[in-house]
Amino acid sequence: MRLPRAPRAGQYSDMKYLPRLPLFPLLTVLFLLGPLVAGLWGTLLPAFGHFPAGGHTGPSLDPFRALWNWPGLSDASRLSLVTGVVSAVLSLAITALILAGWTGTRGFRVLERLLSPFLSVPHAAAAFGLAFLIAPSGWIARLLSPWLTGWERPPDLLILNDPWGLSLIAGMVVKEVPFLLLMSIAALGQIDGRRRMALSQSMGYGRIKAWMIAIFPALYARIRLPVLVVLTWAMSVVDVAVILGPSTPPTLSVQIVRWMSDPDIGFRLLAAAAALWQLVLVVAGVGLWFLGEALIARLARRQVEAGRRGRSDTALRVAGFALGTTVSLSLLLGFLGLIIWSFAGFWSFPDLLPDQFTLRSWMRHRTGSLDALGETALIAGVSVTIGMILTIGCLETEERYGLRLTQRGMWLIYLPLILPQTAFLPGLQTLLLNLGLGMGRLPVILAHLVFVLPYLRLSLEGPWQSWDSRQATVAKALGATPNQILWRVRLPMLLAPLLTATAVGVAVSVGQYLPTLLAGGGRVETLTTEAIALASGGDRRAIGVFGLMQTAAAMLPFALALALPALVWRNRKGLLNG
Amino acid sequence: MANGLHLEQVRILKDGAPLIEIDTHVAPGSVLTIMGPSGVGKSTLLSAIIGTLPPAFSLQGHVRLEDRDLLPLPPEDRCVGILFQDALLFPHLSVGANLAFGLAQGGTRAERRAQIDAALAEVGLEGFADRDPETLSGGQRARVALMRMLLSEPKALLLDEPFSGLDAALREQVRALVFDHARARALPVLMVTHDQEDADAAGGEVVRLE
Repeated sequence: MRLPRAPRAGQYSDMKYLPRLPLFPLLTVLFLLGPLVAGLWGTLLPAFGHFPAGGHTGPSLDPFRALWNWPGLSDASRLSLVTGVVSAVLSLAITALILAGWTGTRGFRVLERLLSPFLSVPHAAAAFGLAFLIAPSGWIARLLSPWLTGWERPPDLLILNDPWGLSLIAGMVVKEVPFLLLMSIAALGQIDGRRRMALSQSMGYGRIKAWMIAIFPALYARIRLPVLVVLTWAMSVVDVAVILGPSTPPTLSVQIVRWMSDPDIGFRLLAAAAALWQLVLVVAGVGLWFLGEALIARLARRQVEAGRRGRSDTALRVAGFALGTTVSLSLLLGFLGLIIWSFAGFWSFPDLLPDQFTLRSWMRHRTGSLDALGETALIAGVSVTIGMILTIGCLETEERYGLRLTQRGMWLIYLPLILPQTAFLPGLQTLLLNLGLGMGRLPVILAHLVFVLPYLRLSLEGPWQSWDSRQATVAKALGATPNQILWRVRLPMLLAPLLTATAVGVAVSVGQYLPTLLAGGGRVETLTTEAIALASGGDRRAIGVFGLMQTAAAMLPFALALALPALVWRNRKGLLNG
Repeated sequence: MANGLHLEQVRILKDGAPLIEIDTHVAPGSVLTIMGPSGVGKSTLLSAIIGTLPPAFSLQGHVRLEDRDLLPLPPEDRCVGILFQDALLFPHLSVGANLAFGLAQGGTRAERRAQIDAALAEVGLEGFADRDPETLSGGQRARVALMRMLLSEPKALLLDEPFSGLDAALREQVRALVFDHARARALPVLMVTHDQEDADAAGGEVVRLE
C-alpha cells in the first residue's frame, strides 16, 4: 500500500489525509521521558521503604529517619547548594564580563578560538587537568618553588578536596564558562547586538554598561535554559566532585553514589531518600535563582532610570579578559599536564618536567584502556546512532506536518539536563533490581540516550531550520517524493551539521559517568568510569593515560566532523565553509 | 567655520583597500545627505563617526565636532547621536525607562521623571511612560526613539536610513519632526539614505557615493 504523500506545512485542509501517527516524536518522547519517569518512580518506592529485592516492603518513613540521623546531612546539603549556586553565578558573571568587555574585538575572537575546542573535553578530564595544576605538588606550586615559597617538598596543604569546596567550584567554573560563552555566541546571532551597542555608546554609555543594559537582558532570555542546566548540574555533579570536591562529608550527590555502591544493599533505601532530598535541594536552588533574577532585574531597572553612564570601565574590561585567559590557560595547561604525566618517568618536586619520558604507563595500561575504549565506543556508537535516527525522524516529521517546537517542547528537551542525575538514576538501578532485570550494557545505552538526545536536537535544530526550503520546492517540482528529498537533497546538503551533531553526541556519551556506573551496575567499564575510579588512588600516570584516552575519544569525532565534509565536498565549493 | 561637523579627507579602508573617501562640512542646523547604492559603505561611515568601526576596517583623516577631534575618543565621549531605520527601543524596558536610558545623568528621580514626561508631551505621547514599546505604532516608536536620543544631549546627529521603515504618509510626518527638532537645537545632521525624497525634504547638500 502506498501512503498518501505528506503535504507541506500549511497545506492541511482535511485531516482525514493524516498519513500516519507521528512515530518518531512519540518514540523520542518515550526514550527521553521513559527512563526519567521510571527512575523517579524507582527512587520514590525505596525512599518510602519499599524495596522487595532487598527484602523491604513499605511504605515506611524509616529511610528518611535514617537520612535525618546521618550526621553529615546538613554539611553535605549546604555544600551542594553553595558550591552549585556559587559556581553558576561565577560562570555566568565571567561569561557576561567577557562578552560585555570584548565582543566584536580581535581579542574576543582569540579567546573564542582558544575556548571552543575545550567544550568537548569530558568534565572528568578537565577536572583532573585542573587538579594537576593546583595540587600542592602541581605545576603552580612547582613553578613557585622553592625560590618563592621555600618548599623543598610538596606542602601539606589541603588544596584539592578542600572542605569549603573551593577547588570544586573552580573546576566547575572552568568547564562551564566555555559552555555558556559558546551558547551565548550562538544566541547573540539572533540579537542585533552591533546596532544596540552603537546606539547605547553614542548616548554616552561605557562599553560594559551599554552591553549589560542593552544586550544582556535579550541574551539572558535566550540562554536561560542552558544557565539552569549549569545550575542544577553544578548542584548535583558527581564526577567533578569526586575528583575535586571535599570528602568528609562529600557533596550530597557523591554521598548518594557511595551509598548506592555499598555492598550492603540496605543502603539503597537511604540513597533513595537522599536522592529525593537532592531533588528538593535542586528545586530550592532553582527557586533561589528565580528570586535572584527578579532582584537583579529590579536593581537594573533602577540603574537604567538613574541614567548613570559607567564610563570608567577599563578595570572591569581588563578583569574580564584576565578571567577569560585564566579559564582557557587552566584548561590548556591541565590538558598538557595529563599528557606529561602519562609519559612521565621519575618526576621529583619541584622540577617543572620529569627526569625522563617513557612509554611505560601506556604499556602497562594498554589492555585496560583499550578494552575501556572499545566499550566506550560501542556505547557511544549505538546510543548516538539511535539518537540520530530519532532526531532526524522528529525534525522531518515536524517539517512534513508543519509542527513547530513550542517553548514547552523546549523545556521537555531540556528536562533530562535540568533534572539532577542523582535524583533519578539511582532509581533506575533499584527499579531494574526490583524487576529482576540485569544491569549492563543495554540499560547503559538507554540511559546515555536520555542525555544524548537533547544535545543532538539542540545542535541540529538551527541548521535544519535554516536550510533553504526552496531547494525542496525545486526538487518537488521535479517530481521527487518527500523521502527522496530527504535522502538525496536535504541530508547530503546538511552533511557538515549532521557530522557535528554526531560528534557532539559522542562527546556527551563518552563523558557520562553516573548513567554508566548506575545503569551498568558497576560492571560496564568505560574510559570515564575507569578514570574516575583512579581518582582516589592518586596514580597520576594512570590518570594521565585514561584522561587522555577519554579526551581523545570525545575530541576525535570533532576532528572527523571537520575533515570529512571537506573531503567529500572537495569539488563543491557551495557546501564548504557553510 | 569652527562649528558643526567636519569630515576632513576621511578615507575608510576595508582590509587595506579603500572603500569610501569624503571631505565635507555640515553646519549646525543643516542636513547633509549621503546617497548611494547599498553596500557602498554608507553605514560604515556612520560607524566610523560614532566610533564603532568593526576591526576589519580602518580610518584615515580627521573628524571634528565643534573643535573637538573625535577620532581619538571612545564612542561614549563623542556626543554624536544616531537613529537607525528601526526605532530599536529596548523591548525589556518600558517607554519611560527607554527615555530614562537616554536622558543624561543627574537630577533627582522626580526631576528625571518630569523631564521624561515633558519629552513625551513634546511629541504628543503624554502618559505613555509606562507603556510596553511593543504596543506602540511605528510612528510612535520613531518619536520615542528620537526623544531618547535627544535627551542624551548629542552635539551632532547621524541618521541611518531612518525613515525607510515607515509607510509613505507617516514618513513625511516623522521626517519633518526629526528635522525640526534638529534645527531647533542647531545640530549638524548627517543622513544616509537611498530615498531621493529624503534628500529633497532635507534641503541641504547631497553627496553621492559610488
